[in-house]
Amino acid sequence: MTAAQPYNERMSGEYPARLPERDRPWMMRTYAGHSTAKASNELYRRNLEKGQTGLSVAFDLPTQTGYDPDDELARGEVGKVGVPICHRGDMAALMDGIPLGEMNTSMTINATAAWLLALYIVAAENQGVAENQLQGTTQNDIIKEFLARGTYAFPPAPSMRLIADMIAYTVEHVPKWNPINICSYHLQEAGATPVQEIAYAMSNAIAVLDAARERVGEEPEGRMEQVFGRVSFFVNAGVRFIEEHAKLRAMSILWEELGRERYRVQDPRHLRFRYGVQVNSLGLTEAQPENNVQRIVLEALAVTLGRSARARAIQLPAWNEALGLPRPWDQQWSLRIQQVLAYETDVLEYPDIFEGSKVMDALVQELLDGARAEMAVVAEHGGAVEAVPYMKAALVDSHRERIRRIEEGEQVVVGQNRFTETEQSPLTADAEGGILVVDPTIEAEQIEAVRRWRSQRDQAAVEEALARLAQAARHEHGAPSSPEGENLMVPTIAAARAGATTGEWARTLREVFGSYRAPTGVGEAAAISSDGEIGELRRQVADLQQKLGRRPKILVGKPGLDGHSNGAEQIAVRARDVGMDVVYEGIRLTPAQIAASALQEGVHVVGLSILSGSHRELIPAVLEALRGAGVTAPVVVGGIIPEQDVAPLRQAGVAAVYTPKDFDIGRIMREIVALVDAGADVPATNGASTNGSSAAGSAAGVAGA
Amino acid sequence: MNAESDGASLGARLRARDLSAAPAALNLLESSAERDREQAAKLLHEVAPGVLDAEAPAHVIGVTGPPGAGKSTLLGALLARWRAQGRTVALLAVDPSSRRSGGSLLGDRARIEFDPADAGVLIRSTAAGERLGGLAPATRGAASALAAAFDVVVIETVGVGQAETDVADVADTVAVVVQPGSGDVLQFLKSGIMETPDVLVVTKADLGQIALSARRDLSAALRSLGSSAVKVLAVSALPPASGIDELVAAFDEHRASLDVAERRLAARRAAALTDFTIEHGERALRTLGGRHTAQALLAEQDRGLDVPALVAVLEQHAQ
Repeated sequence: MTAAQPYNERMSGEYPARLPERDRPWMMRTYAGHSTAKASNELYRRNLEKGQTGLSVAFDLPTQTGYDPDDELARGEVGKVGVPICHRGDMAALMDGIPLGEMNTSMTINATAAWLLALYIVAAENQGVAENQLQGTTQNDIIKEFLARGTYAFPPAPSMRLIADMIAYTVEHVPKWNPINICSYHLQEAGATPVQEIAYAMSNAIAVLDAARERVGEEPEGRMEQVFGRVSFFVNAGVRFIEEHAKLRAMSILWEELGRERYRVQDPRHLRFRYGVQVNSLGLTEAQPENNVQRIVLEALAVTLGRSARARAIQLPAWNEALGLPRPWDQQWSLRIQQVLAYETDVLEYPDIFEGSKVMDALVQELLDGARAEMAVVAEHGGAVEAVPYMKAALVDSHRERIRRIEEGEQVVVGQNRFTETEQSPLTADAEGGILVVDPTIEAEQIEAVRRWRSQRDQAAVEEALARLAQAARHEHGAPSSPEGENLMVPTIAAARAGATTGEWARTLREVFGSYRAPTGVGEAAAISSDGEIGELRRQVADLQQKLGRRPKILVGKPGLDGHSNGAEQIAVRARDVGMDVVYEGIRLTPAQIAASALQEGVHVVGLSILSGSHRELIPAVLEALRGAGVTAPVVVGGIIPEQDVAPLRQAGVAAVYTPKDFDIGRIMREIVALVDAGADVPATNGASTNGSSAAGSAAGVAGA
Repeated sequence: MNAESDGASLGARLRARDLSAAPAALNLLESSAERDREQAAKLLHEVAPGVLDAEAPAHVIGVTGPPGAGKSTLLGALLARWRAQGRTVALLAVDPSSRRSGGSLLGDRARIEFDPADAGVLIRSTAAGERLGGLAPATRGAASALAAAFDVVVIETVGVGQAETDVADVADTVAVVVQPGSGDVLQFLKSGIMETPDVLVVTKADLGQIALSARRDLSAALRSLGSSAVKVLAVSALPPASGIDELVAAFDEHRASLDVAERRLAARRAAALTDFTIEHGERALRTLGGRHTAQALLAEQDRGLDVPALVAVLEQHAQ
């Protein structure tokens, strides 16, 4: 018998098929936190016992945007999408019994990242752990907050200053900390194409690194090497997992290039593209939610299959994210997916399996070309900070295109626009519908707790610390010889030690920096053709205008602190496209603001969007405010609204409720137009004052159809 | 008749400076429905100078400038200042977006900060008029109606060139807002594309030297045009705000220097002629004996008549 021929002539034996030693698994995390610091601490400890190897802290929206639980804007949001952390006492409770010298903690925190890191440093101090021992990541990427996620607190310039200060501080004092995670994750959630995701994330990184370079200076030698080496990424992976893998390879090539060329980094360790990942939530469906499990598995492959672009840390969403907040069991399921992949399959046994693949190389090249061209456009706008309006508008357009493809069936979503026949799912059969419901009494408890905290601390010390913070904030960075005290981290840590609260820290800085509203991107969205359904709707709207005397006018806005504005933006743009006048109010509105706008603008219908789970509190509050202002225009609501909450909202007076399964925006528009039309039949007045109850009744019929 | 659509009663409430009548009044004034047009005319009659026995008390200010010049931020700061002085403010934000699909996105109000519980502030967004040039008649009507009730009425429009000319037909004071480095405004001024405003505001003074030199260049250009009386102010609406008090003072000074009655009378008569021509065409104007005859006819009318009443006079003579 002759020796076996290699099945492919390239296989000459110089490529080892296996690694000498199986790779160590990536870090496994679960994005978790809810209700209170104590409840979240218990959850973390259980997760660690289950084999999770790092922590990923989810903060509630008031903490993310810098408000205390007793602030008007915090209403309905306390403890909902994450844990409320108000002061060092809360952070100590959150990390109780978890050795911070050994733990690797990732915090999804941006506008208030400096503050939460300060609280973490103080909590470690109290455990007897020095700050230079701490390991972990603060997300700290503000540009994507302006673009996609909405939890910003300050205008762009001072926000960038805070980031640069944090980088400068951690490189020196907390050397194992990743001060910033450049996020392409949220860009994909907002509709970015792979090319946009790569280009905007890299442009964002350039803005951050340039700001950091200005802060740390070229001295001492090698400081920029260190800074570059500490910047990591947080990416997304969608279900087109082969292209997604190519995307990550393209990002690592661009990153290395950027380091070498723009920042003159030489050490290969510092040039490595390091990223953590949370796979795609945008593609998870409310319909047949069990299908999300296979989507998550495939997306996890995108970030693990090829060794040379494998994730450092992974957290997977839960199967029921489109339904509401996941329970510990749902999150355990996702952790087990990671464990099966890492410990049962052979994925960690090989060198890079795509090396030498012509198809993969061509795919990477295609993405590189596209990304470089788009990065040049951003650079022409003056860099990522200046290009926020451009990028935002581009994302709104991409997302619109994505929705159009799904609506028209060009893009198949199994169980949603195809293969929709289904058996009853036992997964959602329990009383809560298979999700976590946060105890509504938590908010009152937290309000009580923060007031107690404030009454028991050394008030004079807090005031002094905050005054010191304000003073540092007012002073721009001076000459290189200026005292270190001008780094905002120093007075921030002092304020954390003194017992200041999250809301006080942020308010102090808001008073100096001013507040800010990010561009909405909707104004620039291109008009779409008037073919087919859109044309028909436009005719209906024109008829309705005759009837009303004015063009139908809709107010679209997001009450509460939730910044996920994709849905609201798409509704606003489509309403414009069908011929309505659209008052788009953007994010972070109080019920009083919505009521004042509805009244002053004389709108015929109000559309509200909430994804944070705070609809139970906020929607009735908005309805009450509207009635108080004498506005009787019907109200429709969209968002992640669990099935069992729909009926109570209707009873409270909401005319129609739309959830993620209502992907067909065309249908939503038809129903909204019908709703305004029904109101116009009431022998009224001037159109704005439609009869609420009859309109609501007809909408209930429409939405139930 | 519902109280919310009774033009006469809404007009009477505005005359009595009842600000809560404003939203319903605007609904009526914007409506093109026949039933509403009649009521709107009654409303406007109630706030006409003849009925008020004076010009409406508000200071009507037109604020215009290119997109991105920082108008919204500036208006937020002005609003806060006026409210601190105890003046009530109505802001009519006219959105430039041409009605590409018929509809429009009115995104501006969210960018202007104010206390929603403050009944002394009203912000209303409207899409730019469908007719070319000139403010929508509804906006002009709205401004004159609100001027009876509020202390300050601001009309915000976007653009350079036509925009400040349009707003000059309604406003006592016209301010053009530019950001540093926008050389086009300088060019427009020199070439006469842009008419000289009453106040020129350079925003983003926090940019320092660039803002200062922009201000200097504009002042020089105005001097060379013989308009050295025009105030050029540099402001920064970002904290720490600067120049806002000076701008408020400049507005007040301009109005104090003005014969408000004459300016508004001329504006009403010009507007009536424009409206008549748009409604009935050039031929109807010729029936009247041409533009000059029409102007002379308008000049003979009672000074207290509102625009719809003046249009009605022209229509009678044209028959």
